[in-house]
Amino acid sequence: MHKYANPTVFMRLANAVLPWAAGACVLLFAVAIPLALYASPADYQQGDTVRIMYIHVPAAILGEMVYGLMAAASATYLIWRHQLAALIARAAAPIGAIFTALCLITGMLWGQPMWGTFWVWDARLTSMLLLLFLYVGYLALGDAFEDQERGEKAAAVLALVGSVNIPIIIFSVEWWNTLHQGSIFKMNGEGMKVTVSPEMLAPLFTMMGAYVAFFVTILVLRMRIEILNAKIRNARITQAAAPMVATQAAQAR
Amino acid sequence: MSGFAVIFARDLKLALRQSSDSLTVVGFFAIAAVLFPFGVGPEPGVLARIAGGVLWVTALLSALLSLERIYASDYEDGTLDQLTISGTPLALTALAKAAAHWATTSIPLIVIAPMLAPTLHLPVEGYLPLLAALALGTPTLSLIGGIGAALVLGARRGGVLVSLLILPLYVPVLIFGTAAVEAGLTGLSVQAPLLVLAGLFVLALTLAPWATAVALRQAVQ
Repeated sequence: MHKYANPTVFMRLANAVLPWAAGACVLLFAVAIPLALYASPADYQQGDTVRIMYIHVPAAILGEMVYGLMAAASATYLIWRHQLAALIARAAAPIGAIFTALCLITGMLWGQPMWGTFWVWDARLTSMLLLLFLYVGYLALGDAFEDQERGEKAAAVLALVGSVNIPIIIFSVEWWNTLHQGSIFKMNGEGMKVTVSPEMLAPLFTMMGAYVAFFVTILVLRMRIEILNAKIRNARITQAAAPMVATQAAQAR
Repeated sequence: MSGFAVIFARDLKLALRQSSDSLTVVGFFAIAAVLFPFGVGPEPGVLARIAGGVLWVTALLSALLSLERIYASDYEDGTLDQLTISGTPLALTALAKAAAHWATTSIPLIVIAPMLAPTLHLPVEGYLPLLAALALGTPTLSLIGGIGAALVLGARRGGVLVSLLILPLYVPVLIFGTAAVEAGLTGLSVQAPLLVLAGLFVLALTLAPWATAVALRQAVQ
């Protein structure tokens, strides 16, 4: 792992991965979208609204997984001081936040026809909403400092604190939900997942793969931009310092 | 005297000398709680239903409001640098500071809460669970809040930012705090939510000082 901590080595690897990830992303979406929207059967109860699941479920899984990745990268950064790990965490966070938001929005759009309301204080919805807030806090903290490194470190600590808290939040929200919520909204998007028929499972997994490929593509692109930005910044600093260094050299002579 | 006692006594003394700071928090707590009847109407039934939640949410916001005080002035005048290089482990310093924050802001809140409860028509059975839950839950708020206060040192808009970071982490305490009051009113077991609050407190007690110490070390670097 330490070998890839070098940005140049990493970028060589990332550049090799990028076309494959981008290609897989386009290809998988090209297969998954028609499969999900036309080829798969409508649900006997939910009708065509069940197709929202193909957008919703992968977004939920990715939203959670990206936070895990971010927390792991943050730990790596705090322990081994690998600059690259900070870069991964920072580049992944907005993508994860967007996935989480997408999950909530599609969930609300799905809830309207199915539950008759856009929002239910269901345990899953509530934990997802809190996850989105954790993302927003992470992003805000990372941007709040003049010194970029300070922001990175503070945000890394916050990501770890958040990752310890997420299980507690999920547990307490579930407790709270069973205390407050009647069983009217028992039908749940993921509740039927175990009984999903194979015709629905195929588009779901294809879509899942497409989301992962999309994530990898965007992550690598964002990291590439960040590394280039850092190089530009360093070049500017060197350039700005050049006359001063020259004068010092002249004085020394 | 050990480092813990020295720092705790110093923060306590500072807070008592500028007692208006603590009083402002109590004033905020009272006014914010009293705003709710204006918002939802004065019917006793409605108020009794939401009283526990209102007191908990306002207590949470009051604790949040005073978080900046834990480290901000020490950071600005350089005391924090001294604390970092002193022999006392930074986690112990963080623990002492969180304890002082709890003693100076949450104890006044716990004292004033039973006086505010009648204005919200909280039934009598709710008083004891409310006080027990506040006593067990507010230390966790101070401990978690200490992490947030340390993280935003030197940040732009630190005060607003800390609420964004910390409020999602406060949700479990809020849930079990109000659950205890609810249980008291409906005759369910009050013990269960209180035990969970105690568990959250012990968890925060063991983990939060370390996270705060890491955050502080980065702030003074």
